Amino acid sequence: MPANRFNSFTEYGVGIGLRIPHYHHILSEKPVVDWFEIISENYMVDGGRPLQVLDQILEQYNVVQHGVSMYFGSASNPDPEHLKKLKRLVKRTKTPWLSDHLCWGSVDGRYTHDLLPMPYTWEAVKITADRIRNVQDFLEIPVVVENVSSYAEYHASEMTEWEFINEVVEKADCGILLDVNNIYVSSQNHNFDPFTYVNAVPADRIAQIHIAGHSKFEKYILDTHDHPVLEPVWQLYARTIERAGPTATLLEWDDNIPSFEEVHAEALKANQFLQAAAKPAVPQLTEVAR
Amino acid sequence: MSELLEIQRRVAAAVMHPLTRQETMPRRRSNGVSNTAEADALIKPNDRLTSFERLEIYNRQYWFRLYSSFEEDFPGLMAIVGRRKFDTLMRAYLTDFPSASFTLRNLGSHLEQWLTEHPEHIEPRKNLAMDMVRLEWAHIEVFDSAVEPLIDPDDLSELHDGSQLRLQPYLRFLELRYPVDDLIIEVRSEGGSSDGSSNNASISRKHRKVRHIASLAPEEIHLAVHRHENSVYYKRLHREEYRLLTTLSTGETISEAIDMAFAESAIPEEERAPFLQAAFQTWSSLGWFIR
Repeated sequence: MPANRFNSFTEYGVGIGLRIPHYHHILSEKPVVDWFEIISENYMVDGGRPLQVLDQILEQYNVVQHGVSMYFGSASNPDPEHLKKLKRLVKRTKTPWLSDHLCWGSVDGRYTHDLLPMPYTWEAVKITADRIRNVQDFLEIPVVVENVSSYAEYHASEMTEWEFINEVVEKADCGILLDVNNIYVSSQNHNFDPFTYVNAVPADRIAQIHIAGHSKFEKYILDTHDHPVLEPVWQLYARTIERAGPTATLLEWDDNIPSFEEVHAEALKANQFLQAAAKPAVPQLTEVAR
Repeated sequence: MSELLEIQRRVAAAVMHPLTRQETMPRRRSNGVSNTAEADALIKPNDRLTSFERLEIYNRQYWFRLYSSFEEDFPGLMAIVGRRKFDTLMRAYLTDFPSASFTLRNLGSHLEQWLTEHPEHIEPRKNLAMDMVRLEWAHIEVFDSAVEPLIDPDDLSELHDGSQLRLQPYLRFLELRYPVDDLIIEVRSEGGSSDGSSNNASISRKHRKVRHIASLAPEEIHLAVHRHENSVYYKRLHREEYRLLTTLSTGETISEAIDMAFAESAIPEEERAPFLQAAFQTWSSLGWFIR
């Protein structure tokens, strides 16, 4: 039973990111994994090994696409060639939904290859929501948008980040990929209570959750994806599951990548929260008495 | 102009501006604009970081990401010119040609052309460096270019002098002045590789181990950069084979390609037929001919 109308894939459970150092292990050992998330851009090619490996993975596993360069919040128009390549990949993977970030990263045809934070303005809400709708219409699959971690805030902002994401997903009528690690990182960098953020986003739009590790520096926290998930992030995850119900969850580990078993074991820690959320609530005595 | 577009242009101008030699954001850009003033105007400070310091995080991340990708794509060039010159070259090239693609894979697409216009970056080993750049870019293209269905064996047997033969789109043919194929195999075997695009952040630059090349004797090399079972390989060709294949790839007939191959050839007339038979057999077995 789906937890909400943007989450028809509650049975997806806990996945991990498909990364090159694990290719050999996955293809030779065929470990049991609920699903893999792929970075779309790494497979938006015309041929060669990336597609060969992807096809082998697709034969045995559920795969969900996650993008890093759609830049829903860029004021410049998207590259039509990018969209065409993405659609070809969507047809190949049959991804049940597609996620990318609520950020910008390109302007006037130049790409920063970074997930730059949005100015939270009403104009940005409109531009971003329009683009998400257009992409969703073009790709013909559900699109979900992910909150990014950030290290800067704009003077121009007219609302909080969670107010911005709520306005965008409402106007675009799309789901949310809630990255609870990103919320934690941003909360430390911008001095807000991360639970305020988690409690503010519409639970009925949370289609997927990201968990990851981060790195603390003297004056800020960086979203490095090179550590196990830290306790404050697990707490935010637990609260999110409590609100949204069982939700497809994905561990990101992109740097200093350990063995497949270690990454998978870290991801599976999410199961304790998912299983707790999946249990039917125990009826209270007063209700039984009635 | 929309306010969003204006903000994004101003932030991008700061983020994509080259770092100082100490890999920090410069206080003033090369065009005189103050990064401090721009940061103050655009970015809020917090209790730990100034506006400048917050913007600088993105400026550094941008360049470290590009450096990492570029270094991974051109380790052979780095080995030839050395770390110091490579750094200067990389900064100058990426300033002139920032990424214009959603994928970092295309970052080096203008490098060969740019180096012909800026040979000072690769002197005094210009020819060696240029050969290496051509090979390294060919490797990138061959790695993930399309593959087409092979020609039917029946169709192959029915070919005649006036037929055209189409080649796999992933094939690249290079005429080189140095044996850079041997060199790059050696260099690549010592380095690692990254994981392509990702969405994590990095605030420090990862320095790769650089192998320095003392000297390399010139040698005329004809090379096919090709793919077998989705791995990239370098296959040395006779000059005649190179000329035949490059002529075929332009759409000329088999007869015209053979004429071109043996023009000025030292291969005796009587040896040409078996030479061609062996060559076509090899190329066919490698799956180079398509429908």
